[in-house]
Amino acid sequence: MSWLIVGTVPRKDFPLTCGQAALNDRELVVNGRVSPVVRGTPALIAAACIVCKTLKLEPPDVLLCGDIGDGDGSRLIYRHLVETGLKQKSHAGLLFHYLQPDVDWHNRILMAIDDLHVRPLLMADAGYMYVAKMSGYAASYDLFTPDVGELAFLADEKAPHPFYTRGFLLHEDNAAPDLIQQAVSNGNAARHLLVKGKNDYVVADGVIVDVVSSPSVEAMEPIGGTGDSLAGVAAALIVSGLTISEACSQAARINRTMGLLANPTPAFAILDLFASLPRAILRVRAST
Amino acid sequence: MLKQAQMAIRVMGPPPNLRTGCDLVIEFPLILELEVRRILSDSRIQPIQTVPVQDALLSPVSLFQTRDYGDYLMIRAANMKLTIHKATRRIVNISGGGCPDVPWLADQLIGKTLDNAPAPQRLGKTLCGYALHLAWEEMHRQCPG
Repeated sequence: MSWLIVGTVPRKDFPLTCGQAALNDRELVVNGRVSPVVRGTPALIAAACIVCKTLKLEPPDVLLCGDIGDGDGSRLIYRHLVETGLKQKSHAGLLFHYLQPDVDWHNRILMAIDDLHVRPLLMADAGYMYVAKMSGYAASYDLFTPDVGELAFLADEKAPHPFYTRGFLLHEDNAAPDLIQQAVSNGNAARHLLVKGKNDYVVADGVIVDVVSSPSVEAMEPIGGTGDSLAGVAAALIVSGLTISEACSQAARINRTMGLLANPTPAFAILDLFASLPRAILRVRAST
Repeated sequence: MLKQAQMAIRVMGPPPNLRTGCDLVIEFPLILELEVRRILSDSRIQPIQTVPVQDALLSPVSLFQTRDYGDYLMIRAANMKLTIHKATRRIVNISGGGCPDVPWLADQLIGKTLDNAPAPQRLGKTLCGYALHLAWEEMHRQCPG
């Protein structure tokens, strides 16, 4: 059974669109609607599509709407999910991404998910991970994919948004294990975490089960979309049948290997890296 | 806009009982409420609530992290990262954040120089957009034209 990826497209004129994703060169196509793959949710979906194509899996279903920050598109998505979308078709997993944080809508969606006959796996990244933590229901999720700074936000029981996290920039990678424990003990972590940073930490039920630190490509940090691609690869690998922990470990290695093969400068775009993603997938999977 | 009007304000974070989502609080002396409301109203800005606050408000992130990549410089403010090509001052990448205006802001800014790019606070609508603006201001401070 496929996954549903839910997020926004950075355009005002992109209507509410639902369907199976297709990657056509540099563009994402859903139900005849086209979005360039630059960063954000289209980049995450593109990464998932590349994994699915490489592993001969069905591409994911997606639910998208244009939103440039006023929240209108996000609210159309929320309303659609609660009123019809979740009941229309069953999915093995739901991945929520660049969406305007709104605690009320978040809680209504979570209640609608709880009413489903079979509860899908729940994964959140970006704005939806923020609102999942704000709502107090982070523990209802199966996977969050924060970077180290966002992990500090999850660990700070008072912060409603990374913008207000105490000591945000003081948290380097070596603080990650303590921050993971704080986030877990405060009930602000999902069942699994994939923490992105100099070291990538894979966490299951509060325990660090893997640390991935190589290959290390420093120029990837400034490139917009590299975190999105990691989340998309992880989701597609879960679809392929790996456990969440296995998928996170493998996704971390694949994303890093993609960077190694592409040899980027900080001026690269995520699409420049995606050209190396199929080779990275095959190389990592052959070595594990 | 309020600062331009010489108002004594601070941008802060809301206490738990006032949170609805991606919120930002403007703290001002209670006595100035009418004037603050008038200035915001003139710009068609309607606050969600105006309340006296007993609990301590949260301070926004005020530290910046700078990373030098040789030809490129990256500045991080909160969860947002802005990277320029040093020789041309051209914005080459924007990453981080989680709100929907971030990918849109990146589309508007990448490829432009620091002098030609619009200030993120003019276009942004969320706390992530505001964090990007802080990085943009710090980049201007570290790399003046």
